[in-house]
Amino acid sequence: MLSPTNKKRILVLGIGNILWADEGFGVRVVEEFHRRYAVDDNVTVLDGGTQGLYLVSFLEQADRLIVFDAIDYGLLPGQLMLVRDDEVPKFTGARKVSLHQTGFQEVLSAAELLGRRPRELALIGCQPFDLEDWGGPLTAPVRFQIAPAIKLACKLLEQWGSPAKLRSLPLPASERLLANNIDHANYEMRAQPI
Amino acid sequence: MAVQTPNGFTLDRSGRRIVIDPLTRIEGHLRIEANLDSDNVIRNAVSSGTMWRGIEVILRGRNPRDAWAFTERICGVCTGTHALTSVRAVENALGVTIPENANSVRNIMQLCLFVHDHLVHFYHLHALDWVDVVSALKADPKSTSALAQSISPWPQASPGYFKDLQIRLTKFFGSGQLGPFKNGYWGHPAYKLPPEANLMVVAHYLEALDFQKEIVKIQAIYGGKNPHPNWLVGGVPCAINIDGIGAVGAINIERLNIVSSIIDRSIEFVEQVYLPDIAAICSFYKDWLHGGGLSSKSVMSYGDIPENANDCSTESFKLPRGVILDGNLKEILPIDHGDPEQIQEFVAHSWYKYPSDCCGLHPWDGITEPSFELGSKLKGNKTDIKELDEGGKYSWIKAPRWRGRAVEVGPLARYIVGYAQGKAEFKEPAERLLKGLNLPVTALFSTLGRTAARALECQWAAHQMRYFQDKLVISIKAGNTATANVSRWNPESWPKEAKGYGFTEAPRGALGHWIKIKDAKIDNYQCVVPTTWNGSPRDFEGNIGAFEASLIGTPMADPQRPLEILRTIHSFDPCLACSTHVMTPDGQEMASVKIR
Repeated sequence: MLSPTNKKRILVLGIGNILWADEGFGVRVVEEFHRRYAVDDNVTVLDGGTQGLYLVSFLEQADRLIVFDAIDYGLLPGQLMLVRDDEVPKFTGARKVSLHQTGFQEVLSAAELLGRRPRELALIGCQPFDLEDWGGPLTAPVRFQIAPAIKLACKLLEQWGSPAKLRSLPLPASERLLANNIDHANYEMRAQPI
Repeated sequence: MAVQTPNGFTLDRSGRRIVIDPLTRIEGHLRIEANLDSDNVIRNAVSSGTMWRGIEVILRGRNPRDAWAFTERICGVCTGTHALTSVRAVENALGVTIPENANSVRNIMQLCLFVHDHLVHFYHLHALDWVDVVSALKADPKSTSALAQSISPWPQASPGYFKDLQIRLTKFFGSGQLGPFKNGYWGHPAYKLPPEANLMVVAHYLEALDFQKEIVKIQAIYGGKNPHPNWLVGGVPCAINIDGIGAVGAINIERLNIVSSIIDRSIEFVEQVYLPDIAAICSFYKDWLHGGGLSSKSVMSYGDIPENANDCSTESFKLPRGVILDGNLKEILPIDHGDPEQIQEFVAHSWYKYPSDCCGLHPWDGITEPSFELGSKLKGNKTDIKELDEGGKYSWIKAPRWRGRAVEVGPLARYIVGYAQGKAEFKEPAERLLKGLNLPVTALFSTLGRTAARALECQWAAHQMRYFQDKLVISIKAGNTATANVSRWNPESWPKEAKGYGFTEAPRGALGHWIKIKDAKIDNYQCVVPTTWNGSPRDFEGNIGAFEASLIGTPMADPQRPLEILRTIHSFDPCLACSTHVMTPDGQEMASVKIR
């Protein structure tokens, strides 16, 4: 018997720094995913920002993980790539980072060290175009990949038996993942410094 | 050729130069260059923050009440403390007062960050500079158990426990995925702990990893959201409904009890694990008292954790407030964040443009205009710097100064100011620790002293959480449920122009935000963060900052593997914040160490 309560727990996570142009990709995808789709109780949708070890407890509670992030694959700007399971840690060796903003690889291995990391991993990454533009918006090639990235995640969720459902009513502003002027629309409208 | 800096250091850049870029296991991107003499002693040090942080630019024109949400995103570790500093700056500008309950909740959240950050910093970043993980694999579990039981009543200390752990570690290493232990200089001669002590601390590394998840639940309860808690100009956003059940976000008795229990366990963990480990580590490194740098000369603490809401007096602050210059512990100088002559930033050696390189600017008048120019003696070029020229501009970090003086900030600075003020809660634990190690008080002025002060402060903070939690509960039970003052929420009640400042003691040191508001929008916003003070480049007079000063005179056992530099720089808990964390397929990037 497979009741909804003992379904495998899934974490849908977006990481990155929204203040740094394309680096905000992961957070913007998860924000938009949450705005458009409702998920079952066994699915958690999380804006992880640049948090490091804070995320360990969320990872521990998940059997399956989908993570959105900006990834330097050496591909063309805006190219999307899905990486699965054992391949994920290879792509998450953080460059220019470290403990606190702990490269996601370290968050994964911390969960591994504690003996409780998600068994199935899916990294949906996008090749950034511009990471230097502090305070700038997502660039067009990366912004255009938000919808395809969400589509990839929906497909995975369906395969995992917990399909996301389009919201029948718009998500109230108070329930959005990011508020206080840092939501995507408000942030971008004002992203060009005056 | 040696030069003397105005703040008392002798620099000699004639010896061979080593370059470490990036320095690993820190938040952000830091580059260190050092010149060694023929005995491998550091005679000149150059610290360069190599990424630009311009939150100031992006906040211009925004709603002041939302500034905290932006500053919270600057980095992944200083989240709450930036948010708190930001709401304080806006409140200061607009003359908004907060209720007592809000003061208690804010203190608890800030102290919670202290406990979490100090613990995580020590075990997951800094311990590996003192503890050789690979050596732990050779330890005898029985002797480890005996050692652990001799220094603490902590229950997880049986031979079987350590044996199991050793097997897990061996398996972890055997699988080739070193994870957090990669890039370590294992087997380095500067590691002094016996295998048993190494195994004991590694066990606690894992326990701390597990326990830190508990501590942050406090942030989620009062902040309503994790990992990005909510803040509010005028108070705190959590409502209190003491008898409420299941009310979304409201603080009820059940939640207060959860917080209370986490505080108790935090005190227990710090006192039975962290502090005994620190004492044990110190006992093996008593001969390694390098790294004092500026700490014996000039230190600064803004003060924080007000006993009474809206009272920023030295008497109200539980963390010490004041500046000490030239090692004169008899005189503690007062700080005024609004005085344009006191806190100023200089850019003579920073990649920014000011009207004049020799004039400092008070943060209210601060300018953040990048100007990436390199000194004429630079080796390499703009995109591939082989060796910086510290005679020119060489860092993205500005050089903040207090009345023109470079100061160290952070736990050690706070303990020195507290010690000089004769405050028993800082003086006595420090003296007790030193006495147990048979070290003089001057031993505090060292890398080890910085590391020990952080541990003592972690204990202090855990107890202060208890204090403010009790205060909050008593206040609530007396029927006081106010958590916010929204009387000046509406911008129509604001003056046309206003300016203010907010400050905190972040875990890693003094943090300030300065704001100017015009027509209800942010007109200027400047942050001066702890790592700007500690990691600052030289100023126009040639004074060196705390990082650079701390490295001078340190002998290196093996310059190819600069463990001593990592150890000392990590002891500041640097946060260069907000760098990108783009992943690369090859990953595993080692810090490059170049010797020229």
